[in-house]
Amino acid sequence: MTPALEQIGQVPFLIVSAVLLVLGVFGIFLNRKNIIIIMMSMELILLSANLNFVVFSAVHGDLSGQVMTLFVLTIAAAEAAIGLAILTVYFRNRGSIQVEDVTMMKG
Amino acid sequence: MNWMPAFPELVLAICGLIILVVGAFLKKTESFVPVSALTIAALVGTAFLVCGSADGVGLGHLFINDNFARFLKLLILTGGILATVVAMGYVREGGDLPFETPVLMLFSTLGAMLMASSGNLITLFVGLELSSLSIYILCAIERERLKAAEAGLKYFILGSLASGLLLYGISLVYGYAGTMEYPALTSILMASGLLPVGLVIGIVFIIVGLAFKLSAVPFHMWTPDVYQGAPTPVTAFMAGAPKFAAFALLIRIMAGPFGMLAPRWQLLLVVISALSMLFGSLAAIPQTDIKRLMAYSSIGHMGYAMMGLASASGAGIRGTLVYLSAYLVMNAGVFAGIAAMRRQGHEVTKIRDLAGLGQTNPAMALTMTVFMFSMIGVPPMAGFFGKFMVFAAAWNAGLTGLLIVGGVSALIGAYYYLRVVKIMYFDAPEGSFDRPAPSLTFVSASMGVATVLYVVGLGVITSAADAAASALIG
Repeated sequence: MTPALEQIGQVPFLIVSAVLLVLGVFGIFLNRKNIIIIMMSMELILLSANLNFVVFSAVHGDLSGQVMTLFVLTIAAAEAAIGLAILTVYFRNRGSIQVEDVTMMKG
Repeated sequence: MNWMPAFPELVLAICGLIILVVGAFLKKTESFVPVSALTIAALVGTAFLVCGSADGVGLGHLFINDNFARFLKLLILTGGILATVVAMGYVREGGDLPFETPVLMLFSTLGAMLMASSGNLITLFVGLELSSLSIYILCAIERERLKAAEAGLKYFILGSLASGLLLYGISLVYGYAGTMEYPALTSILMASGLLPVGLVIGIVFIIVGLAFKLSAVPFHMWTPDVYQGAPTPVTAFMAGAPKFAAFALLIRIMAGPFGMLAPRWQLLLVVISALSMLFGSLAAIPQTDIKRLMAYSSIGHMGYAMMGLASASGAGIRGTLVYLSAYLVMNAGVFAGIAAMRRQGHEVTKIRDLAGLGQTNPAMALTMTVFMFSMIGVPPMAGFFGKFMVFAAAWNAGLTGLLIVGGVSALIGAYYYLRVVKIMYFDAPEGSFDRPAPSLTFVSASMGVATVLYVVGLGVITSAADAAASALIG
């Protein structure tokens, strides 16, 4: 554990990441407006896990957490690209990206 | 750095990249069939490499190859091959699917194979994402169709939420143990003996993420919409390979690192399994669309397969593996049948459209009947042996409640499967289907034979599943 981290302790970091996670999850479920906001919330969830990985990596003095962070950043970029592509396809067919309009199939 | 255990995956990855380039050089309207043929060849070749691959741990503990991984990789590859063959028969001249479809199926299969032999939580996550990201694209690959785009969007949003939760769970487990390698995790958990809240939350999040990929209740809400909206070959693929991979991960983690916590997670799996079986059979009753019906059916099947794992024993894992192999056979057959449902070139997917199939196309009606009976679990079809093994494992583990729920939902399930049979044979025909493509006939006929004669291969499959289960439990 680095001296600076020892002074602060890991708990504040974990609280921040838990808050980010909760914000992300609620952003997906409570949001009734725009799908872009859902995508932003998904990034928040991934970033909260990333913050966890970095903190734990420093606490344990183990590098694999930081390696995982790099993988997750790459995957998050790919995921955002695919998500926006699907959203574009959807918009071309439907003419709207409101959450309440995604209701063609039900039952 | 020992990369030999990962040799089949490396070959498949390189083949995928080459096939993608080949497809880009072919003419747009003629590229689908040659690219599919190359994909099938690559998958078949990889299956042979998997059969001959060496046991061992490779790439710095990131990758494990053992009997368990090999069994599931063969299931995954077979699922991928059958779905690609279905796609070949589904596409007509001119093509409604682009040539990237089989290539994406190949990459998704590759991700699923990585999941099956993950030795580290990093491999788990990267493999899962490779597999899922390909499927997000596959769902929306028919760009002109609103339903396909909506299916892709729904699957993307809920799928990434599940991946995010899984990742958060992994981070908590890592925070507790300070390592992501399964063997090291096992020994640390074994040594400490106590169970902090953070670790429990982490494990629950991981189970939630994987249950989502399995479409187990209560994380199933995406399944019917995505199955209905996605192109039929993609649905056939989704119902196969990724499910086997998710089961591979679930079994490997639960039997490996978290094996000694079995009393803690067992209840969770029992509840998920019971809810899936019950919901899968009840919610399927009012359905009118055959693809939606198959979605609920697959939710139910995942519940039955999970029954084996919920027993937390070697026999239970063996039961799950046998169940999955039977599910692979009948599922591919049913979807080949659904892909053949076309009138004047247009796809039809209502259950009513099957009316009178017994008169207009007796061969197809017969194979569909075989699959429906197998899904009910009527002996001597494939589905019976799978159900028998998981029920026996649950009985030995003393899970009487789960057994009762399983039996009741199998009875309810029989109702809607038999309804399809009744519509095919006893309702007046509404016009016949187009003549199905030879590859679809091939898949339904061969899977029909495999379903009926499953008992012939049962010895081989059971002993392979036994070897696979003992590779994990010892």
